Amino acid sequence: MIEVKNLTKIYGHNTEAALEMLKKGASNQEIKDKTKQVVGVRNASFTVENGETFVIMGLSGSGKSTLLRCINRLIKASAGQIIIDGVDVLSMSPKELEELRKRKMSMVFQRFALLPHRNILDNVAYGLEVQGVKKEARQAKAREVIQMVGLSGWEESYPENLSGGMQQRVGIARALATDPDILLMDEPFSALDPLIRQDMQEELINIQEKLQKTIIFITHDLDEALKIGDHIALMKDGEIVQIGSPEDILLSPASDYVARFVENVNRSLALTAASVMIRPRYVVHPKDGPRTALNFMEKHGLSTLFVLDRFGKLRGYISAEDASELASRGIKDLADIIQDDMPTANPETPLADLLDVMAYTKVPIAVIDEEGRLQGTLVRGSVIAGLAGGRGESING
Amino acid sequence: MDRIPRIPLAEWTDTFIVYLQNNFGSSTQAFADGLEGFIKGLQGILIEAPAELIIIVLVLLAWRLAGKKVAVFTMLGLFFIYNLGLWAVTMETIAMVISAVLLCMLIGIPLGILGAKSQTAHRIIMPILDFMQTLPAFVYLLPAIPFFGLGVVPGVITTIIFAMPPVIRLTDLGLKQVPEELIELGKSFGSTFWQMLVKIELPLARSTMLAGINQCIMLSLSMVVIASMIGAKGLGGIVWRAIQTLNMGAGFEAGVAIVIIAIILDRITQNLGSSKKGKESI
Ligand SMILES: Nc1ncnc2c1ncn2[C@@H]1O[C@H](COP(=O)(O)OP(=O)(O)OP(=O)(O)O)[C@@H](O)[C@H]1O
Ligand SMILES: [Mg+2]
Repeated sequence: MIEVKNLTKIYGHNTEAALEMLKKGASNQEIKDKTKQVVGVRNASFTVENGETFVIMGLSGSGKSTLLRCINRLIKASAGQIIIDGVDVLSMSPKELEELRKRKMSMVFQRFALLPHRNILDNVAYGLEVQGVKKEARQAKAREVIQMVGLSGWEESYPENLSGGMQQRVGIARALATDPDILLMDEPFSALDPLIRQDMQEELINIQEKLQKTIIFITHDLDEALKIGDHIALMKDGEIVQIGSPEDILLSPASDYVARFVENVNRSLALTAASVMIRPRYVVHPKDGPRTALNFMEKHGLSTLFVLDRFGKLRGYISAEDASELASRGIKDLADIIQDDMPTANPETPLADLLDVMAYTKVPIAVIDEEGRLQGTLVRGSVIAGLAGGRGESING
Repeated sequence: MDRIPRIPLAEWTDTFIVYLQNNFGSSTQAFADGLEGFIKGLQGILIEAPAELIIIVLVLLAWRLAGKKVAVFTMLGLFFIYNLGLWAVTMETIAMVISAVLLCMLIGIPLGILGAKSQTAHRIIMPILDFMQTLPAFVYLLPAIPFFGLGVVPGVITTIIFAMPPVIRLTDLGLKQVPEELIELGKSFGSTFWQMLVKIELPLARSTMLAGINQCIMLSLSMVVIASMIGAKGLGGIVWRAIQTLNMGAGFEAGVAIVIIAIILDRITQNLGSSKKGKESI
């Protein structure tokens, strides 16, 4: 677990005065005008749980890289605490710090930072080499992670012969080779083409599913943040302005700044079925009989109706035509006309995965939990409202 | 202006040198003896070794590092020198160049590293280098005599002073040019100071440093020739004697030999920096 408490970084030689001003609430500009010192990060606090992907995002110059580099102390913070597994990084001796960097955390860089004079195998093995691992052992481990990122066969090549995407796979392999608990990634995919970038995001998600590292990931792309982040922190002018799950950020932006950030995003990536579904208010039970069902449907203008059993489990749906035919024949039980070919989804299913289904289905999508109980339904109107940024209003439809 | 008494810089210099001589004479003597032994030994080896062997080695080296054309030139050039009867003096000169360059690297590379790592060291070293490079060589050729006498040792020492600056400068420059991200990479994996230097910084500074060594070799060759004025012998010795006796022919022959050696050394060492490429494409 990583706990960051009131972390502040001021660039310059005379940080004392600047720190004082900052404590009294002076703005970055005031501090700069008065003391010539630049505020990189202001009072940032957050916690990253083990195994989660924590995304830091914000515009250029908002202090993301500074914050990340404070965590492994490539930049020494001016004030605050960074507690990793109970130890404050800021109070570590140089030797302890070296150990921390060697074993606990590793970093992935925006422009890959591969060593041009080393082949891929030796690049990946770099961290182990620094640890003093014997050649055979470290190369064996390097081969293993190279395979994991899908670069088998390239071990003897040199970085200059690899495409950008491949180079960053090497960067990731290198970071994984030392088996660190924590990965620090500073805009690792920003230098890649959009398509390659998406591949890499998927790849990272896959790797993360397998390895469960604690990842701090920087990006200035909200789509990317929403896709891979368990939690997202938004930064502005050195400050964290909001921390939350992707949905929190999208659906209830804490400020105009966040709202503006969120405006252009592809919301289908972040929204889940649960966030746009409608409560299932109109349902029938098999014993209710066709008359009741038809009444319901007429009253609310529905052409289909979901059927639940006594426990709330979804049995299927009936159509209005079938129900009226049943009624004309005088049969009381709905069992014969229940159809169960309706599309279903989990509450967690991303909206993106449902848009296709939405386009052709005549029946609303049924959102069911693990026990098969109906949680809600998705109809076109509410989905479109969600995508259009109706934020929150649509949840209870 | 004229009322200010003349500043006795010359007298001060003389006094300073006498002082150095009295106080450090014995240690400089020991150093000079060691250096003389090394240079004479190297000269002995190069002169005694069969000329054919040295030619073959140099041609192969030229071929490997600089290609076929340079190899052919090396072969013809060395054969020509041999044919003129200048082989032994040429070897004397080359031995002095090798000695001077090795010492330049031995002293210059650590100083360059120091300059790159410490702002203070950088601010001290750089003005001294400017001074060393702009002071006319003849001026410090003279003070070398009281310390080391006449002969090959003062010759090589003045050569070192003259040829070392590019090694220091370009080591310093090469290390500073290492991209920030790669420095961060090294640190982020917990590399120690030496691991950073050996595994990241020096390999990345390599081609810049080799450019410095190439310059150092060329400067050494030119200085070794001038140093013949204080008895360093070699090809320069022949030129010097030719000047004194107005023997134009002999002087010209030795001059041509110097040019040939200069071209060979330059072409071979110029390509040291990029020779890595060859390995990569295999
Ligand atoms: N070495 C430095 N000295 C002085 N100021 C700095 C230094 N590094 C960064 N800054 C300043 O600190 C602020 C935060 O910079 P930082 O690099 O952390 O931003 P960022 O969010 O990573 O931006 P980007 O998206 O462009 O990478 C900026 O105002 C920047 O100018
Ligand atoms: Mg940055």
